[in-house]
Amino acid sequence: MVARKESESQRTTVQKKSDREVVVTRTFDAPARIVFEAWSKPELFKKWWVPRSMGMTLRSCEMDVRTGGTYRLVFGDDPANTFAFFGKYLEVVSSKRIVWTNEESGDVASTTTVTFEERDGKTLVVLSELYSTKEALDAAGTGAQDALNETFVQLDEVLAQLSAR
Amino acid sequence: MVQHSPTHFNASFAALADATRRGVLDQLARGDASITDLADKFEMTLTGMKKHVGVLELAGLVTTEKVGRVRTCRIGPCRLEEEMEWIARYRQVWDARFDALDGVIDELKRQEKARGRKKRK
Repeated sequence: MVARKESESQRTTVQKKSDREVVVTRTFDAPARIVFEAWSKPELFKKWWVPRSMGMTLRSCEMDVRTGGTYRLVFGDDPANTFAFFGKYLEVVSSKRIVWTNEESGDVASTTTVTFEERDGKTLVVLSELYSTKEALDAAGTGAQDALNETFVQLDEVLAQLSAR
Repeated sequence: MVQHSPTHFNASFAALADATRRGVLDQLARGDASITDLADKFEMTLTGMKKHVGVLELAGLVTTEKVGRVRTCRIGPCRLEEEMEWIARYRQVWDARFDALDGVIDELKRQEKARGRKKRK
């Protein structure tokens, strides 16, 4: 029973707290300082933030993970056709929490708060995304997919131009 | 998490974890029915069906109205499919990320262990 409970908490859970807030949790088998390191060092962060299954290429990853610092992630296979995600770190407490804004959609579309709670050598990560409006939240689940579709549409356009010549 | 959380989402998932309740929803999507109709259809007792409908009602998937001695059930106000799709997509992204993060964390732990061994030597 205990073992079952443990394996369940290991899984990713997603809960919609309200029209504007989603909370994701997951337990990692490592102390908080290690999990925090993987979130706060760009060379480590870029290894997992964009897994292959998302079908996106991360071109560059600049992160100044400290309160008041900024970040900028640039995606795209083609240098002439990239898109960026960027924002500011509102609060960074080592091994405890990181709070950042997501500003790529103009203004602050959402604020992400991630906390690291260590217990018995494991770390519970609780990530909350608070959107400025219900509409922004509704659009978010499809964000990565939209970006991908956009790329395909642009590819179609290029192919159409080439074949028209 | 699914069974005990008070949130609407989890109530919905718990409600749908049961084959009979999914059948009831399917039935009600085609038209309103009384608890007695549903009990007959699914070959169970009135008490058993009342319980299932109660769970669905709690999740907002079904509403009921009692007129005289008959309680009529109909599809509730919760737009479940859309919400489930949304949450499934969202979860997919995070699940993939976190699986990759497991890999990075394992690597960090290995490095730390190796450094620890070196120090002790």
